[in-house]
Amino acid sequence: MRGGTGKPVDLEVLIENVLNAVAAGLTIGCIYGLMCIGLGLIFGIMRIVNFAQGELLMLGMFTSLYLVTGGGVLAFLGPYIGPFVGALLAGPIIFAGGALLHKFLIARVSGLRTTGTLDEGHFGQLIVTLGISLILQNGGLIVFGSTPMTVRTPLSSKALEIGPLYGDATVFLNKARLIACGVAIVTAVVLYLLLEYTRLGKSLRAAADNPTAATYMGINVDKAYRVAFGLGSAITAIAGGLMATYLSFGPFVGIDYVIIMYSGVVLGGMGSILGAFWGGLTVGFVQQCSALFLPPQLQNAAIFVVFLMIVLLRPQGLFGRSAERA
Amino acid sequence: MRYGSAPRLKRDLTALGIVAAAYLAATTLVTNSYYQLIMTLVPIWAVFGVSWNILSGYGGQLSFGHAAFFGIGAYTVTLALVYWNLTPWLGIPLGMIVAAVAAVLIGIPTFRLRGHYFALSMLAYPLAILYFLQYFGFQEMSLPMHRENPVAFLEFTEPRWYTVVAVGVLAVGLFFSMLIENSRFGLALLAVRQNELAAEAAGINSRLWKMRALVVSGMIAAAAGGFYACVLLVVTPESVFGMLVSAQAVVVTLFGGVAAIWGPVIGAAILVPLAESLNAELGNILPGIQGVVYGVAIIAIMLASPDGLFWTLRDRFFKPKPFAPLPHDLPAPAAIAPADAGKPLLQVAGLSRSFGGLRAVNDVTFEVKSGEILGIIGPNGAGKTTLFNLLNGVLSADTGTATLAGRSMLGQKVHQVCRMGVGRTFQVVRSFPRLPLLDNVIVGAYGAGLSDSDAIAAAAHALRRVGMADLAGVAAGQLTNKQLRLMELARALAGNPRILLLDETLAGLGREECDDVLSVLERLRTEGMTVVIIEHTMHAMMRIADRFLVLDHGRVLATGLPRDVVEDRTVIEAYLGKKWLAKQDA
Repeated sequence: MRGGTGKPVDLEVLIENVLNAVAAGLTIGCIYGLMCIGLGLIFGIMRIVNFAQGELLMLGMFTSLYLVTGGGVLAFLGPYIGPFVGALLAGPIIFAGGALLHKFLIARVSGLRTTGTLDEGHFGQLIVTLGISLILQNGGLIVFGSTPMTVRTPLSSKALEIGPLYGDATVFLNKARLIACGVAIVTAVVLYLLLEYTRLGKSLRAAADNPTAATYMGINVDKAYRVAFGLGSAITAIAGGLMATYLSFGPFVGIDYVIIMYSGVVLGGMGSILGAFWGGLTVGFVQQCSALFLPPQLQNAAIFVVFLMIVLLRPQGLFGRSAERA
Repeated sequence: MRYGSAPRLKRDLTALGIVAAAYLAATTLVTNSYYQLIMTLVPIWAVFGVSWNILSGYGGQLSFGHAAFFGIGAYTVTLALVYWNLTPWLGIPLGMIVAAVAAVLIGIPTFRLRGHYFALSMLAYPLAILYFLQYFGFQEMSLPMHRENPVAFLEFTEPRWYTVVAVGVLAVGLFFSMLIENSRFGLALLAVRQNELAAEAAGINSRLWKMRALVVSGMIAAAAGGFYACVLLVVTPESVFGMLVSAQAVVVTLFGGVAAIWGPVIGAAILVPLAESLNAELGNILPGIQGVVYGVAIIAIMLASPDGLFWTLRDRFFKPKPFAPLPHDLPAPAAIAPADAGKPLLQVAGLSRSFGGLRAVNDVTFEVKSGEILGIIGPNGAGKTTLFNLLNGVLSADTGTATLAGRSMLGQKVHQVCRMGVGRTFQVVRSFPRLPLLDNVIVGAYGAGLSDSDAIAAAAHALRRVGMADLAGVAAGQLTNKQLRLMELARALAGNPRILLLDETLAGLGREECDDVLSVLERLRTEGMTVVIIEHTMHAMMRIADRFLVLDHGRVLATGLPRDVVEDRTVIEAYLGKKWLAKQDA
């Protein structure tokens, strides 16, 4: 069958490429999903247009890097477990940062203060978070330098082989990505349970949904907002820490991902945590599959085009109802 | 030109002449070539700010992607020079044309979005272009030198000439900005920014004005970008399409003053030298200092004075000059002859609209006779405002017909319905607080498509009809709630409508204020105006309405003379419930 015609070999290569793109799309997509949940909390539910979400992702990456490598406190865990614990620990650290950011800056241009004002204060939010984004990007350049970094783990150069499935076509699953994907799914599930079933989660959702009514119900809306914003920051930062294990990054990495995050959240439908995850997964999947026929430089451009298509054609999201009213 | 704009234009042009002369004089004193470069960059970034200000400042359409146009200008000049040997003197205009085309292509899909969706989408355009340029191998382009005839290729050995050209570009940009601010263009943009729906209801084609603003803005930005390429002689995708470039326009304008002619100039004059010199002094140890300074600057300005330095200073130190009083010899506009009183003017039949399973307006049929006041009453959620939204084109009807003097109102855009002669007011009044009352009212006259002089006459006449002609020069921010309500009424009247749809005009007014507004409405009726009014205040409705239309759950519950309707059992039941009715009977 496999004689000298060459044609079946091409088919094998094609099948192998497609299968690997699908596998990469699913694993990376889950991590994108987690990343989008963070923005989903802040933009989808609290309706704060946070321009600096990409920089929170970047901070998660660097936090994890400094925890794990060099003389970091987690260096003793070794290169196998360390990077993933580091990613998870970036969560609480960025949570504190996000909560402070909200207390001192974001709260002044969002929430009860702007309810009912001209365009609900979106102008102010866009400007203030653009400022935060500029400070973090360029401050990051000063503090972290411009050399591309990565959280090194031997796992990123090892792959789990499945197959051969068809002829020689084999699926290679990068182990670092696979574990990162697993951690992302677990984190997302824990967060979902937390929001759905605990008192804290209910008060957060109530405050975000209708701040005025929540105030009357005795919920401390200011605190709830702070916690929710911190949580949204932390979740994106954890995703950043996980991505840092297989990706080289610098202080300006956020700008590429902020668009991906908004695509995911809008695609998933505003206001839904699960939707944000599915949205992120879809975007990651599309991005990886576009690698089959697009050169690497154009993959990011493809994401922007997809984003524009989504907001233009289906601003209500694939999975949600329209949240915008005239 | 707008009323009273001549002195303002003269003052601004004089200021422009003085500032430009002083700036050029200062240039001759600077000898350090780096500071000379900064002197050239200040006007360039100011022009870029001016361009952003037109779309995002006046028009309120926040764009985070203005680098798209700046970069198109820069790359058009560079590529035309490299491949066609085209001089930048022609390359810059060519870049402006390309940017205008790009603006139309970007505007057509993107203006379907509003608010933060618009802002985010605009961000994507320059970044997408950036990646494409990198892919096609235009990473770093240098502009070839022409030693034999440098001036013909916009090249100068004396760096001060670059500053002269930059100031010239800025002067032209500011001149266009002044023309826009002082014409109906600027007023239409302000109206759209304030409340797009209300602007449409006042007859303004918001989509068209926004598109015009984007095109003008994109062309000015491209001129700035094209000249920037000539000054720096090297362009990279990051340096002209990058995020920091878009931020530059936002930052200088916000800092200096949004929707103010001089805002971007003030912002650029302060921030550009600050950031550039910090970059020069500390750039080696602190490579991102420029971005940090900009970030801190916009956060600080947003929290301290959200409208920018210009407005804060003006509000604190300069009292605006008293407004020229309205001339009394303005001709009264030719009024549309009121159709024969008593003939049906507005006829609605079988009008329905559902939202999902909710029938908000359900098979509504009624007519309004010319010269009468029809009061629409009903409990909250009865579908009253939805009915208005169907009539003036905000929402589309599922079934049914609505005609005004025989012409169908359905299927038209909001501003088209306005031009058919339907004036409308909203539950929430939105004014331009810093503009005088007359300008607030003129919006309605411009919406009706009147020429400048006719619009002034129509607005003055409308103010007289509501009894506020004396206040024509007062800034709307100083008016009371009642006066704002009357202002809205005047704005609707300025378009010379055949019928007025008033949505809770009396909401939040005290008894006496209420009476004042009611007497204005009564006077309008004696002048032959036809009015449909939604109102909850029963005593007011009993006094003013000729007939009632009662809505409940989207259906017409009753129509008729006020006295009969309030005695109607079904109406009482809808308002007060069955129990109350039973008690009453017992």
